[in-house]
This record gives sequence, C-alpha cells and structure tokens, in this order.
Amino acid sequence: MIRTLALGTALGALTAGAAMAQDMDVKLGVLNDRSGVYADLSGEGSVVAARMAIEDFGAADKGMNVEIISADHQNKPDVGSNIARQWYDEEGVNAILDVPTSSVALAVADITAQKNGVMINSGAGSTELTQGQCRPTTIHWTYDTAALANGTGGAMTKAGGEKWFFLTADYAFGHSLEENTTTVVQENGGEVVGQVDVPFPAMDFSSFLLQAQGSGADVIGLANAGGDTVNAIKQASEFGITQAGQKLAALLFFVTDVHALGAETAQGLSLTEAFYWDFDDTTREWSARFEEIHGAKPTMVQAGVYSGTMAYLQAVEAVGSAEDGEAIAAQMKTMEIDDPLFGAVTVRGDGRAIHDMHLFEVKSPDQSTGEWDLYTHISTIGGEEAFLPMLDECDFTK
Amino acid sequence: MMQQTTGMPRLHKVIFLVLLAFLIALPFFVYPVFAMKVMCFALFAAAFNLLLGFGGLLSFGHAAYFGGASYVAAHAAKVWGLTPELSVLAGTAAAAVLGLLIGSLAIRRQGIYFAMVTLAFAQMVYFLALQLPFTGGEDGIQSVPRGDLFGLISLQNNMALYFFVLAVTFGGILFLYRVVHSPFGQVLKAIRENEPRAISLGYDVNRYKLTVFVLSATFAGMAGAMKSQVFQLASLTDVHWGMSGEVVLMTLLGGMGTVFGPLAGAAIIVTMQNYLATFGAWVTIIQGVIFVIGVLLFREGIVGVISRWIRRPL
Repeated sequence: MIRTLALGTALGALTAGAAMAQDMDVKLGVLNDRSGVYADLSGEGSVVAARMAIEDFGAADKGMNVEIISADHQNKPDVGSNIARQWYDEEGVNAILDVPTSSVALAVADITAQKNGVMINSGAGSTELTQGQCRPTTIHWTYDTAALANGTGGAMTKAGGEKWFFLTADYAFGHSLEENTTTVVQENGGEVVGQVDVPFPAMDFSSFLLQAQGSGADVIGLANAGGDTVNAIKQASEFGITQAGQKLAALLFFVTDVHALGAETAQGLSLTEAFYWDFDDTTREWSARFEEIHGAKPTMVQAGVYSGTMAYLQAVEAVGSAEDGEAIAAQMKTMEIDDPLFGAVTVRGDGRAIHDMHLFEVKSPDQSTGEWDLYTHISTIGGEEAFLPMLDECDFTK
Repeated sequence: MMQQTTGMPRLHKVIFLVLLAFLIALPFFVYPVFAMKVMCFALFAAAFNLLLGFGGLLSFGHAAYFGGASYVAAHAAKVWGLTPELSVLAGTAAAAVLGLLIGSLAIRRQGIYFAMVTLAFAQMVYFLALQLPFTGGEDGIQSVPRGDLFGLISLQNNMALYFFVLAVTFGGILFLYRVVHSPFGQVLKAIRENEPRAISLGYDVNRYKLTVFVLSATFAGMAGAMKSQVFQLASLTDVHWGMSGEVVLMTLLGGMGTVFGPLAGAAIIVTMQNYLATFGAWVTIIQGVIFVIGVLLFREGIVGVISRWIRRPL
C-alpha cells in the first residue's frame, strides 16, 4: 500500500534525533487518485510537486528530515479513510496532502481532526470542507466549486454574457453548481433563460445542446464534471456552437482535460482556474522544472500541492515540531504567504486559502503555438470575491 | 459425502476454533481497521455464498443490501443517535425488507434473467442512494460517530471495535453454517441440483428460494451495516454494481459452495487491494490475472481444490 523509504531510515533518523536536538522528522502522505479519472490532474504529479516543495524549502539544510509516502485511494471513501487512519496510527504521518474526490476528502478531514494531523487539500472541490463540515485541521488550498462558479459566472456576465442556459447533471453536485452560478449571474445583472436536467452520467447531449442553442442564450453553462463535460464539449464542437457566437462555460474543468480534448475541440471554452503554467516567468520556470521530471505541465491541483506543502513546512519550522496538527494549522492561518505560484495567499480561520482566481478562454488551434499553449487569460478574480464568506462557527482562530 | 449427523464434523470444529484463535490474535499483528474490513467482507461473501453456492442462485445485485444497510446504519447512528448494535440491527432489518421485496419478484425467473432482475433492482437502489436527501448524494454520509456499545463500552478504541466486529461476524458465519447443514439446507441443495425433482417430491420450491434469498440479503446487510460503523461512513462505493461483482469474485476465487471458501476469497481480495494499492491501476489488472488463473487452474476455487485433495468437504 505504502511507498516508503526503508524502515532503516526512520530508525536512523530516530537515533540521530536523539543526538542532535535540532533534527525534526516530518512525514507527509500524498493521498490521491493514481489510477482513475483524477490520476492525470493529481496522481504522481502531486508527489513530484510535494518533493519539489521539500527541495525548494531547503528542508535538509534546516535540519528537517522530511519523508514522503503516497497511496491510491481509488476515489473510494472507505479505501481513503482506511489508508489515512493507518498512516496516522502506524506510519506516524503528520499531514495528508492533495486528496481529490469530495467524499474521500470529507472522510479524511474527519479522521485528520480526530488524529490531530493536518490535511492540506488541493484536489477536492467541495465547499463543505470549509463550510458545513469544517474542521480546525483542514486547510483547503487550491479551489472549490463556489470559486469556480463565481469566477466563471461573475466574470463572464460582467463581460457581456448576460443570458445563461444551464445543462445540469441531475444529481446533488450538478444542482448545487447550477445554483451557485445562478446566484452569481443574477447578482451581476445577468439572467438565466433556461435550464435542462441531464441524466447522470450521459453520453448523448445532442437534444440538450439543440435546446440550449435555440434558447438565445449568450452562455451555455455546463454544470457537470468529468466525462459528462468532455462529452458535452465534444458534441458542442460538432454543432459548431462556439463558432456560431454562443459561449461555452465549463464550471469544473482542468487543464489536463483541455489538453486531452485538444484546442480544436475545446476552442472558445471559458473556465476558471487558480493556476496556469504560462502565467509569468516564475510559473513558466517552475513548470518547466516540473515537466522535466513528470513529463507534463502541472495542473492547478499539483501546483496547489507544491504551495500548500511549502506553507506547511514554514509553519512546522515556526512551531518547532510537526506533532500538533492543530497548532500548525493555526500557525498557517497567521502567515502572510507570498507564493511563487499563487501570489499572495492568506489562510482564513475556517481553513480556506484565499488567493486570486483566473478566468481563461481556450485558444483556437491557429492561436496556439504548442500542445500546452491552451489558454488566453481573460480576467483575474480577487480572492475575497471568489470564495464564499466564512461561517462564524467555522472560524477556528477565535 | 455430506454427513447427516446433527453435530459439526470434527474437522470443521477444529478449523473454526483455529480461525477464532487466529482472529483473536490478529489485531496484535496487523492494523485492526484492515482486519475489520476483511471480516466485513468475509461475512458479505459468506452470505452471498449461501445464495450462490447452496441455493444455486446467482444474484448480481448484492451491493443493494450491503450498501443499503450501510446507509441505514450510518443514518441511524448519526442522525437518530442509536448505539452501534442497534444501528447494525436497523441496517440489517432494512436489508431483510429490501431482500424480501426484491427476492419475491426475482425468484420468479431463473438463470440469467434472475441475475438481470437483481442487477436492475440494485441499480435502482444505487439511484436512490444518489438522489435521496438523507444519503448526501455523492459525498455519502460522513463522520458517523463510533458510539458506545450497549451504551456502555466506547468503540472509539480500535481494539474494542475489533472485538465487537469479530463477535458479530463470527456469530453470523456460524449461523450461516448452521443454516447450510440443517434440513432446510439439504432441501436447498436438492433444489439446486434438480429443481423439478424437488417440486415432484412435494417441496414448495419458491418458498425455499425466497427464504434463502432473504437470509442472504440479511447477512449481506449485516456486513454492510458493520462496515459503516467501522469506517464511520456510508458511500456510493458500497451500492455500486462493482461491489456486486467484487463479492462474486471473492466467492468464486475462494470456492463456491464451500464453508470456508468465501472467507479465504474475501481475505485474499481485500489484502490484495490493500497492499497492492501502490501499483495504482495495476491492482485491477493483477486481480483480473489472478481470477483468470484461478478459473483455469482451480475451477472449484482455492478451498474447493484443497477440499478435493483431502477428500473432505470444507
């Protein structure tokens, strides 16, 4: 289950720790999907990102002995919670990183609070992590569905996409995504001219897309995820929807998905992300290093694992030990972080990391100069605006 | 061949005692939560084996009872605040009712049609689990409290919970053993081997089939309910059709129609999933290869082959 350096290292570190009081052992567990639908956007890439963070932080020079283990939770909450428990109980893991898939993330958040570790979540999108099921030891780093809805819904409406039509996956997640976006669209003076529930999961979107096309909407919002979104975009491309002037907005989509679809199919698609590799010199340089090791450009989830790990290690250094998860999480909430990838980041009392989000549009094939040259930056959404306000009962700094 | 005596054959008695001793010692050597998971699946596979191995009915929808019960038990513990044993009972009862409903319709058909009917109903249960408000949709029911057993013993401690699970699982498996070796079990085997003949002997075949269906669903539910207490969550994984497939795999690999086969099958599959998780996508491929090898080389399953070697039923 667990990829670990030999037990000998741990024993060696223990004895060394006795000799040199300054030596500090930190063990991080990267728990994510390594075989399923999220393997490309998190997976081994997240482990690479965490390793880079340890290196860039200069852990070895600071007398910190940081070890990484990783495992595949297969997107199953029972598998994920079993691994998380075992990591805290038997492996002495101090923090768990990444954890895509909301159901697994919520389970791990709970166990982390019980075992006084820290979960720095980068991969999951559920707002529940810092709202209804908030825990003092949860840090939600990269994005959540509300931020994506805010970014895409708000920025596009302001830019003139006032009439919206939603294709909604007919289950709780799809409905909440639609609801969030509708609120934002209306707040910005737009209106929703129509909506259709699409059975989940769906292969054939043609009749729904025709309905959307005929609705006279400026923007077609895809309130779905994964394979559904991919299918919808492919079929929209066959109908030439974006070429005909309507905009297509994906509410939960990642750069790896766009890369898989290709610029030809995905051109004109609008989406919100927290990070894009081709943003400035720092991100380009970092991403080139990442690509050299991993063979693909980083996603925002992988970039989030890097930044989150970095901030965590700084907090551990400040606290002086990795044992008390709650203290480290509290320390992270006091820090002003100037992150190379995310810019200025603060962590709110509920564990929500606040940083800018960005609205992008997918380039057309003739604008694109390479296989990863996919996005045009449209606008930046400030962190305060992008994320949901904090619930009072979730403010653990009080 | 089959012994008609009422007592347990000595060999089985010895195996059960060794197994019990082994399980009592187990949590001191492996991680208790992992051991509990193995036991939940062992009971699940044993319940499934009652239907497939002894009743001759291949259900492809056992996830419905397993997962349905886990949702009910999780809800009972979290929202109604019931103690663990009552939560497990509530889940088990729900699975029994579900089994009665689905079973009474499914047993009217045979073979592949029976399997498809059970699969169809299981998919309906999956749909309900996705859509009903109390199930939490794709997030599932999270942070189910580990309450106090009988209101007295705290199950926060992994060890306390382990022995609770051990007691329930072992009791359940012994009960299933007793059912198989009862006159009722003999009639079941008669129906499995030759249904028209059993009818001509005057047995009400449908009643027997329904009874075994409900029993199997009930114990599958008990396993699912317990799993929700162990992991403190109920999720779509447990009602997904993949779970129905997994239990078929466990039963066939271990040895269909043997007493100890499903236990071995469950232990092997869960251990594999646990310790091979590092290989990511390879787990399913390795599982597939092992299944193919199993089917080609020892068609009676692992325990089935051992049973043939020693020429005694296991």
